[in-house]
Parts: sequence; structure tokens; C-alpha cells
Amino acid sequence: MKEFLEGSLAVGEIIRLCKPGVISAYPITPQTHIVEELATMVCEGKLNSQFVNVESEHSAASVVLGAVATGVRVYTATSSQGLLYMAEVLFNIAGMRLPVVMTCANRAISAPINIWNDQQDSVSMRDTGWVQLFAEDIQEAADFHLIAYKLAEDKSVMLPVMVCMDGFILTHGIETVDMPSQEQVDKFLPAYKPLYKLDTENPISMGLLADPDYYMETRYALQETHKDVLNLIPKITADFAKVFGRAYNGLVEEYYTKDAERVIVAMGSVCGTIKEVVDELRAKGKKVGLLKITSYRPFPAQAIYEALKNTPKVAVMDRAVSLGSFAPLYSEIKAVFCSKKKKPQVISSFVVGLGGRDITKDSIKEVFRLLTAKELAGEFIDLKPELLKESYE
Amino acid sequence: MSNHFLSPGHTACAGCGQSLAARLVIDASGPNTIVVNNTGCLEVFSTKYPETAWEVPWIHSLFENAAAVASGVESALRYLGKKDGINVIAQGGDGSTADIGLQALSGMLERGHDILYVCYDNEAYMNTGVQRSGLTPFNTNTSTSPVTNSSSGNIRPKKPMPEIANAHGIAYVATASAGFAQDIQRKVKKAMSIKGPKYMQIHVPCPLGWRYGPELTFEVAKLAVDTGLYPLIEYENGKLTGVRQIQPKPVEEYLKAQGRFKHLLNNPEEIKKIQAIADANIEKYNLRVVKPEGN
Amino acid sequence: MYGPLTSKPGTSKNNKTGSWRIATRPKYLQKNCIGCKMCLLVCPEGCISGNEKNTFICDYSYCKGCGICAMICPKKDIVMVKEESTEKDK
Repeated sequence: MKEFLEGSLAVGEIIRLCKPGVISAYPITPQTHIVEELATMVCEGKLNSQFVNVESEHSAASVVLGAVATGVRVYTATSSQGLLYMAEVLFNIAGMRLPVVMTCANRAISAPINIWNDQQDSVSMRDTGWVQLFAEDIQEAADFHLIAYKLAEDKSVMLPVMVCMDGFILTHGIETVDMPSQEQVDKFLPAYKPLYKLDTENPISMGLLADPDYYMETRYALQETHKDVLNLIPKITADFAKVFGRAYNGLVEEYYTKDAERVIVAMGSVCGTIKEVVDELRAKGKKVGLLKITSYRPFPAQAIYEALKNTPKVAVMDRAVSLGSFAPLYSEIKAVFCSKKKKPQVISSFVVGLGGRDITKDSIKEVFRLLTAKELAGEFIDLKPELLKESYE
Repeated sequence: MSNHFLSPGHTACAGCGQSLAARLVIDASGPNTIVVNNTGCLEVFSTKYPETAWEVPWIHSLFENAAAVASGVESALRYLGKKDGINVIAQGGDGSTADIGLQALSGMLERGHDILYVCYDNEAYMNTGVQRSGLTPFNTNTSTSPVTNSSSGNIRPKKPMPEIANAHGIAYVATASAGFAQDIQRKVKKAMSIKGPKYMQIHVPCPLGWRYGPELTFEVAKLAVDTGLYPLIEYENGKLTGVRQIQPKPVEEYLKAQGRFKHLLNNPEEIKKIQAIADANIEKYNLRVVKPEGN
Repeated sequence: MYGPLTSKPGTSKNNKTGSWRIATRPKYLQKNCIGCKMCLLVCPEGCISGNEKNTFICDYSYCKGCGICAMICPKKDIVMVKEESTEKDK
């Protein structure tokens, strides 16, 4: 049923339909509306769940770790500093192969403190072993949570999944969203049946010490499972389409890439703005396109290769930086084409929209304008040069 | 061999007070228990893959989050409608309890989860090589509070963890000691009969870190209690309801048994300060036996 | 899938820590035992068994020889003996 909904409320409603038995979260802007919504549902009896109000994000992640290890579906949400504070638990959850689903309301990292959107937080967590799916709009944000549970709890996967939605832009934005019924969700997502759990009838130990004889294989297994996830995501999105009628590729989305001479690669809500610019430029006869990365982890290298191998010029837009090196998405896109015969002549890097700086249609046109034969290895767009002249003295 | 819920074959040092106490705790709690363990000696020596010494469901996540993970376990059991039949124990050493895990523990106590938290207090970070913790006693020689010409060891007294736990308004707080085995088990059983968060802190001598012969674990633990340096107390709903009374022995008897206090033995001024700590405990908790026993 | 690294209960028994003993081992005389069970309670390995008086014994395949049981026995009915004399003292 189509509803006009704030992103956070849409996600909250989807989570209710997924019936998590334990929810734990710690408030951080801009994640708050999601968990406030869920807390209200629990208090009103609309959702049968234990809502654990914790004293930190570290404990929020730890609570859902303990609960999912006891065999119950769980949910948490956070953002920015909260995600960083969870970091060691995130590695731990993935290493223990526990299917936690979390929303990350993407937000900039301090200092300076800034509550607005970029993607530095979840991008910084790329090596944790979590699957990361980036949503473009509120419909995707809602749908990806359903896909996330289905994927995480698949017996061949057993990995945590983070659904990334741009803070404020998607969490507080309002759009028309097609919300599923409980019957549809139940059909798509059966009850969680754990492979292993804390159970007095079968008292296993979990979270053991692995010495050099055993550790490396656990990490290898995680890496191999991520490869399997690349094959599984299209199957799950196909199932999803059958039940809900919306088709996602789930790894990447190609928008006018086939014959494009210039393509922008990006993740998240900015893709909506890029599509508008592509439409405008296409109307003027310019061969431009967009490659949207949906699955940042696992990284869909083959799909990216297929999409861009014949594209002459590629611009990678990062809403994050890897300070002291190349922008994170850029370096991985470059890596895809390293030692390949077919590849773009130019792959340029653009850092955009940090700390909530608006990425306007003009910003995107500027990126297309700068995407020339000269390769750029980290161009900051929409900088204010006058501020850079200010000195501390 | 008797049946225990912490099995032999673990790799604790010979004479380890923590392994002794942990077995007493889990045996008292019984098979319907889920244990959540912080990182530390106990975790390392009992669960090196592919083996585990635990006969009950057991989980370890990180150094500081057992109280939070246990909160999740308890919440999941509550959701499943299974909480009534199952005890949940969160446990860790003094460092993971009083220092890095204090926030998670405070959250667990404040939220009212039905969990027994057990702190095995061996008074330093033993697993990493005897560095001082918030529960290291005054004037203790550790690897990060070393004795030098200008220092006689750890400069601060123990953090008052039982009082901190008690300040959360929880139903049961107790201290115990590896030197009083039956008392540990009685207190665990009592804790398990009470709904809500419970805190127990057990003094567990460490032959390696405290530098005494492994056969003396029990004796050293008893001396800590008998000098008044480790009072055995119980709080129920904030009120002091149980105290093990003693005929106080001078603190030297406790100190001289251990290498970590060896530097004090020719230093009566510093010993006086430690005696003052014991005296304050004796006064505060009214530890002194009123009518001395006939022996 | 490899990776969750779970272990079956009590599998540490595969690890015979009795090999750790170097100098001494406890000898259970079983003469003056009063069945107080203190040895059983305080054994850090949990490897002592027995019910009635003069029945207590430890499992030498796990006993690390710490000597707490001998120290605590109120009747001095457990003594530490040299490790070499293993067979004779059994």
C-alpha cells in the first residue's frame, strides 16, 4: 500500500513487520526517529519485542550480539560516532557469524562535530566483515531491510548486514513508499532458525580463542562467504521481486551506461540527483550515465567491470575520504580495472558533499565538466577557497 | 572424577584461584545456566579452540561487554518465555569489571536485568602480565606500578566496586573469597534465588601475579579476609545484612606471604598505611568478633 | 561454513594437564580422612573425586600438582610426594 512517509518511519514499520525479538539502540542524530518509532510500537503493544535502552552504542551492538546468539532475530541502528564506537563489536559480530541487521544513518565523523550527511562512518567500517547495502531513496531503504534479514540469516551466509541510508536526506525526508503487508513479509522472510545458539539442551561454547593454527581459516571463510553473497544477492532480489513486485539488481544499478562516454559512479541518495542531471544532459544529446553501487560490501568487482569496461571516462564520487590516500570508492574502482585489457581511458576521483554540504545538480555538472582526458586523483568539489586562506595565527 | 560444569583440562596456572572460584560458581548455579565471559585469564584458559572446559552454554565476545551481551541473552530468553528456568551469569576479571567494563556493568545493573555478575578479583591485569587495575590494592608492586626508590607500588586504594554496585539500588551485592569455598556457593545460590541484577566480587589469589607458592592460594585468600583487608559482606536491597566477623590478624601476616608486597616488610610506615585500610574496613563493616571464640 | 568456532561441552578433557607436574604430586593416604570434602571443593582443576571418608582421590591425568589439597586437608591425610615415585605410590 502506498503511503507518504518519513524515511525513518518507513524503516521502523518495515522492522516491525520483520518481527525482531530484541531491539537495542542508543540515541544519535539522525538515527533517532527510527528507534523512537520502534520504542513506541513496543510500548503500544504493536510489536512484541524486548526493547533494551542501553548506555552506549557499544552496548547496543553487544546486546543484539547476545540476543541473536541466543537464537532471536534482532535489530539495532546507529550513525557516525555511534558506529565508530561500535567498531570492535562489529568485527566481533561478523567474526562470530551472527546475522545482526542494522541501519546506519550515514553521517559525518568528528572533528569538527557535524551531524549532517556523508558516508565516512560506514565506509570506515568496510573491513569489519559486514555486508553493506546503500539505499538511494526511502523505498530502497525500506526494501533493503527485508533483503538484509533474508541474506543475513541464510544458512550459507550467517553474516551481519548494514543498511546504509543517508542521514536526514533519507531518514528525515518524506516520500511516497509502497509498504508491504504482513502476509507479504511473512511469505518472503520466514522466522529465524539459528544454526547454532546458546541453549542449555545443547551447551556449546561460542567466541573461543583461536590460535595461529585456526585463526586464518576463519578470516578466509568470511572472505569466501562474501564472494558467495555476490551470487546470492541477485537470487534474493529475484525472490523479492516475485513477492513485492519491485526488481533490484542488488549489486549495482546501471543508468544509461551502455552507450555512455562519461559515467559517474556513486552510492546513496546522491544517485537520485545524478539521474536528474543525466536526464537533462541526455536530453541535450550528451552521452552520460550513472553506475550506482548498491552493495559496497561485498564489493561487486565483476559487475562493475562489466558495466564500465567500454566506458571511455569514469568519474568516481566519494562522500568520504581516506585521509592520506585515494578516496575509498575510487581506489577500489581503479583496482577493478588494474591489469585489465578493456578499461576506461580515464578514471577520475571526486570528493563531494562532506559534512552535509549540498550536492546540487550544478555540483554534478561540474564533475562531468571536469571529467576530461586529464585524470584527477582526488578533486574536492564545491570547496570554499576563501575559507582555506584563514590562518590560525 | 566428580561431575563439574567447568571441566579439567583447562590451562589455568597450577593453584589458580580464579579457576577454583569459577568452578564453585558454576557448580552452584547448575546446568540451567548461560555464562557470558569477558576477555581475560578465565576466558583464555577455559576456551581455547577446539576445546572448551564449560559444560554449560557459554559465550565470549570482548574484553568489556559481558554485562551487555548478557543483557542481550537475558532479553532474548525473556522474549522466548524461557527466562524463568535459566540463570544468566556475566563474569570477568577485576580489570574488565571495574575499569574497561564498568560502563556496561552499570548499564546492566541500572536496567534491572535478571543476571548475576561475578567479578573474579585477582587485583591486576594478570592475563597481560600483572599490570595494575582499579582493583589493585594500595602499595602493590605490579608491572605498571613498580617499586622504585621513590615509589612503593600502586598509589591508590581499591575502587569500592561493591559499594558502586550497591549504589545502583540492586537487590543483592556480595563479596566472597576463594578462601571460603562453601560461602561462595551459598552466596551464588542466594543470588540465584533473587530476581534482578546481582553483583558478586570474589577475591581470587593469583600465584603468578602475587608471587607466592601455588599451594598457598587458599591460605592467602583466608588471610586477606582475616586481616580485614578483604571484608566478606552482603548487601540486600541496599542494607548491609551479612558480615563474616573476624578476630583481626595484623596485615603483615597477609603481606609477608606474597612477593608483590615484599618491598614493604622493612617499611613500617607503609605497613601502617595498609593497616589503616584494614582498620577502616573493620570499623566500617563492624568485622570484629565481639566475643572471641574459645580457641 | 567454517568460522563460528563453537566447541562441544567439556572437550577440554582431551587436554591432559597432568603432564604439567614437575616436582611433586599429592598422595591420598585414605587413612585419617573425615570426608570433609575440602580437597574436592578447592581443587583448581576440579579433578578430585570421592564421597565417603577415605575414598578421595585425584585424577593424575589432570592434576597439575599445585598442592592446595594437601595444604587444606585438616587431617594431613594428603601429602605431597616426589613425582619420580609415581608407580610405587599408586
